Amino acid sequence: MKPFDYERADDTDGAIATVSDDPTATYLGGGTNLVDHMKLGVAEPGKLVDITKLPYDFVETLPDGRVSVGATVRNSELAASHVIRQSYPVLAQALLAGASGQLRNLATTGGNLVQRTRCAYFQDPSTPCNKREPGSGCSALEGWNRHHAILGASEHCVATHPSDMAVALAALDATVVVRGSNGQRRIPVTELHRLPGDEPERDTVLEHGELITSVELPAPSVSARSTYRKVRERASYAFALVSVAAVMEVDEGTVRDARIALGGVAHKPWRAEAAERELRGTPATEENFRRAAEAELEQAESLRDNAFKIPMTRNTLCAVLRELTREDRA
Amino acid sequence: MTDVLTEDPGRAPQRLDGPDKVAGTARYAFEQPVDGPRYLHLVQAGIARGRVTGTDTSAAEALPGVHTVLTHENAEKVNAGGELAVLQSPEVAFRGQVIGAVLAETPEIAAQAAGLVEVTYERHPHESTFGVDDHRAQSPDTSSPMVTEDLDQGDVDAALEAAEYTVDVTYATPPEHNNPMEPHATVAVWEDGELTLYDSNQGPYVVRDVLVPIFGLDPERVHVVSPHVGGGFGSKGMPHAHVVATVMAARLTPGRPVKCALTRAQMFPLVGYRPPGFQRVRLGTDATGRLVATEHSALEQSSRLAEYAEQSAGASRDMYVSPNRRITNRVVALDVPVPTWMRAPGEAGGMYALESAVDEMAQACGMDPIEFRVHNEPDTAPTSGRPFSSRNLVTCLRRGAERFGWAERDPRPGVRREGDWLVGTGVAAASFPSFTIPGSVATVGYADGYYRVEIAASDIGTGARTALTQIAAEALEVPLSAVRLHLGSTAQPKASLAGGSSGTASWGTAIVQAARAFRAEHGEHPPEGAETTTKSEPDPEAGKYAMNAYGAQFAEVRVHADTGEVRVPRLLGVFAAGRIVNARTARSQFAGGMTMGLSMALHEHGVVDGRFGHVVNNDFAGYHIAAHADVGSVEVDWIDEHDPHVNPMGTKGIGEVGIVGVAAAIGNAAHHATGVRVRELPLTPEKFLTDG
Repeated sequence: MKPFDYERADDTDGAIATVSDDPTATYLGGGTNLVDHMKLGVAEPGKLVDITKLPYDFVETLPDGRVSVGATVRNSELAASHVIRQSYPVLAQALLAGASGQLRNLATTGGNLVQRTRCAYFQDPSTPCNKREPGSGCSALEGWNRHHAILGASEHCVATHPSDMAVALAALDATVVVRGSNGQRRIPVTELHRLPGDEPERDTVLEHGELITSVELPAPSVSARSTYRKVRERASYAFALVSVAAVMEVDEGTVRDARIALGGVAHKPWRAEAAERELRGTPATEENFRRAAEAELEQAESLRDNAFKIPMTRNTLCAVLRELTREDRA
Repeated sequence: MTDVLTEDPGRAPQRLDGPDKVAGTARYAFEQPVDGPRYLHLVQAGIARGRVTGTDTSAAEALPGVHTVLTHENAEKVNAGGELAVLQSPEVAFRGQVIGAVLAETPEIAAQAAGLVEVTYERHPHESTFGVDDHRAQSPDTSSPMVTEDLDQGDVDAALEAAEYTVDVTYATPPEHNNPMEPHATVAVWEDGELTLYDSNQGPYVVRDVLVPIFGLDPERVHVVSPHVGGGFGSKGMPHAHVVATVMAARLTPGRPVKCALTRAQMFPLVGYRPPGFQRVRLGTDATGRLVATEHSALEQSSRLAEYAEQSAGASRDMYVSPNRRITNRVVALDVPVPTWMRAPGEAGGMYALESAVDEMAQACGMDPIEFRVHNEPDTAPTSGRPFSSRNLVTCLRRGAERFGWAERDPRPGVRREGDWLVGTGVAAASFPSFTIPGSVATVGYADGYYRVEIAASDIGTGARTALTQIAAEALEVPLSAVRLHLGSTAQPKASLAGGSSGTASWGTAIVQAARAFRAEHGEHPPEGAETTTKSEPDPEAGKYAMNAYGAQFAEVRVHADTGEVRVPRLLGVFAAGRIVNARTARSQFAGGMTMGLSMALHEHGVVDGRFGHVVNNDFAGYHIAAHADVGSVEVDWIDEHDPHVNPMGTKGIGEVGIVGVAAAIGNAAHHATGVRVRELPLTPEKFLTDG
């Protein structure tokens, strides 16, 4: 590990100015991913600005019914929050499906969103990786790519985004509130993360120095049902092979609204818009679920080790839709 | 002595070192307090084969706090081969090999400096993967005492030709990596011509005896101290490269101890692993389901740097009747790290293949898999013709069947569903040799009202310290509290290593013989300062009997109908392993082995990228080991077995038999659940997923 400077921020603007002015500086939240990268030699920041004492440790319901989650709220706290458990079960479930209890106690809401891929080659500086070292090549493309993308990948990068929480937020149409040296902007969470294209080194649309300060959830719908299903070979403490977050509104057997996001399949939480279009206004039947899943996966492309993700995603999506539309569901 | 040996786990003595371990006062190697240590961090090869053409250490050496950067250019010449010939030449034999080491004032500085060492290479083509019909396959060196020769009895081909039912199946197993909770670590102190090593190992004298010729040392002036070891599973059976590097570094800084702890990632290439392999099993039976032919051929990975032969096919030598039998073990030597022992080497993989094939054979014959095994139970060891010292496999199968509820089992595969889960059950047999190694030395002394027992045994977390204290108390006919046992150091008399599940049998024999000699010499009321030292004699019955521990493993498996996820809610192991010395620690050993078997079945897989030559999932996020949520009910039972032949205590080793057969039982149950026969470990979801 390379030596680095550390400072604890006590005001937001000062932190943003410090990081914006120093290209080697970066924010430190829970450190559950960044500190690993520093040990591995994947990241070598010259300065860490610890933002965990900034005033973003809140979960509050806004007057219009939306819920605002501060960027430094720990994953374990958010999962335990009454309003989240009550009104956004998909989010609480996704959080609890992620990492381990110890990691969730440290990991923050903002940090979870900007965590980086767990691609083995990205994390191993002795192998080429376009995300870590642009232009060096993608080792996963023809290497061990069991965990890699089937949707939206490029010849430069086939990595997947590892977050569970972000998949739930994508299905919930959450908004990310960001501050930078030019002020505040609001980004739909589905537009926060990028597809790799020819710039796989850029995970998100954030500019250097921009800081996520909160995440806003739309006011909950009383008639919506939501759930998160994570598929993995180990029953805990493993990244998703595939995951599905879905928020459904069904009225007398007909799908009124479907918001679906897929995890473990793309460089970003993958909003399944094609499947959603297929489902809206149609009867909630097994046949329609399957047609929707297949519509979404029409674009899927598999690599040497991950062809299973296509049927696994299809099956998991169908199973989730079945569960959320069951008549007898309490 | 009812307080000494009891079958009742609730009444068995608790671990004597339990309170120290819970309180954190039991010191492991790296934690040993030494004055003013320096720290060593290894530099590893970034290519799989070739030679180092240049090493620029200037940036590393310029870093404040760096004492020395060792490379092959400045390291002392030592008398070592294979993986222990550390820094002796510029040749690179595998990716991750030690090609340098940085000695510095702190571990952080050492690690940072290691990253600053610039190495240039001449790359040579390398080979790090192999296939099922590999043309590079060769016979292992059978002159090695660790290697068994092939076997060809009768006429297997003709018998298979004439057989009523046959199976011909090939099972594949991946690299698996020993990952004891305590990473490998060593602390070396050179002082006044004496070398003291605080080291994490499975035998202090093994470490000493390996290092003495390498460095040309006087064995009396080398001391290895290992009071507590946090697991080894074979990977600490022999010292690895880091121990040699640490001793080298310590020689450069007399009076300043050197500490070296491997990272998890470093353990993957540097401490051995279970090699991957393919095993073809051909079985044939007559019309009654009696085996007439058994062929088991194993092809497993070895290293060009030094041969290691896993010999998984040996599992089929003495398991079932079969007048015609062919056993062959082959290796493919590659540019990879040297494999080594990993819990039940040979049996773990070999019995996975055999016991899976037996399940397939039973099905082909239309027989219940338990009845098939009973029907093929031999009266004497099939290969040698020797009688068994004791063999209670059938009792284990019967008792397990009753306890597991086997009688209600519907044999049809793929017909039970509970919600979204397909449900099945499976069974497999376990077997592991009972070794008692002669030649360990024990001292028994008496002073201050206590009996002092000394033997350089190793407690690698098994409970050996407690079990040996019980054995000593029983042999001396005194209460447990009257015995003070000392182990884990070359300060005690020489003992064999903790390997091959031989520890309690071998060290216990030495203690019992020493205790008897002590009583013979000093009587029931020994004078203050009385002491007797004896070396254990070979078992006069060794060679007359086939000696093995047995077990029956049962598994309930659930496979998700949509996703293929595999879960194991229930495992039951019933063992016949001689006399159980401590029911509490024994239960823990069996359950630990079974959990490791579950992990082998479902998760463990070192993924080698042939382009680079290394295991790319070399951390715990990538290399999955069963976590708590994967482990459901694990029940352990054993039968009351009295074996008068194995050793004076009547014990058989229990450390390894627990893992054997578990992966087969789980695979057989997964087949019973789904109708899908997966012949490749681990049993990951995609292998049960149909694209329908």
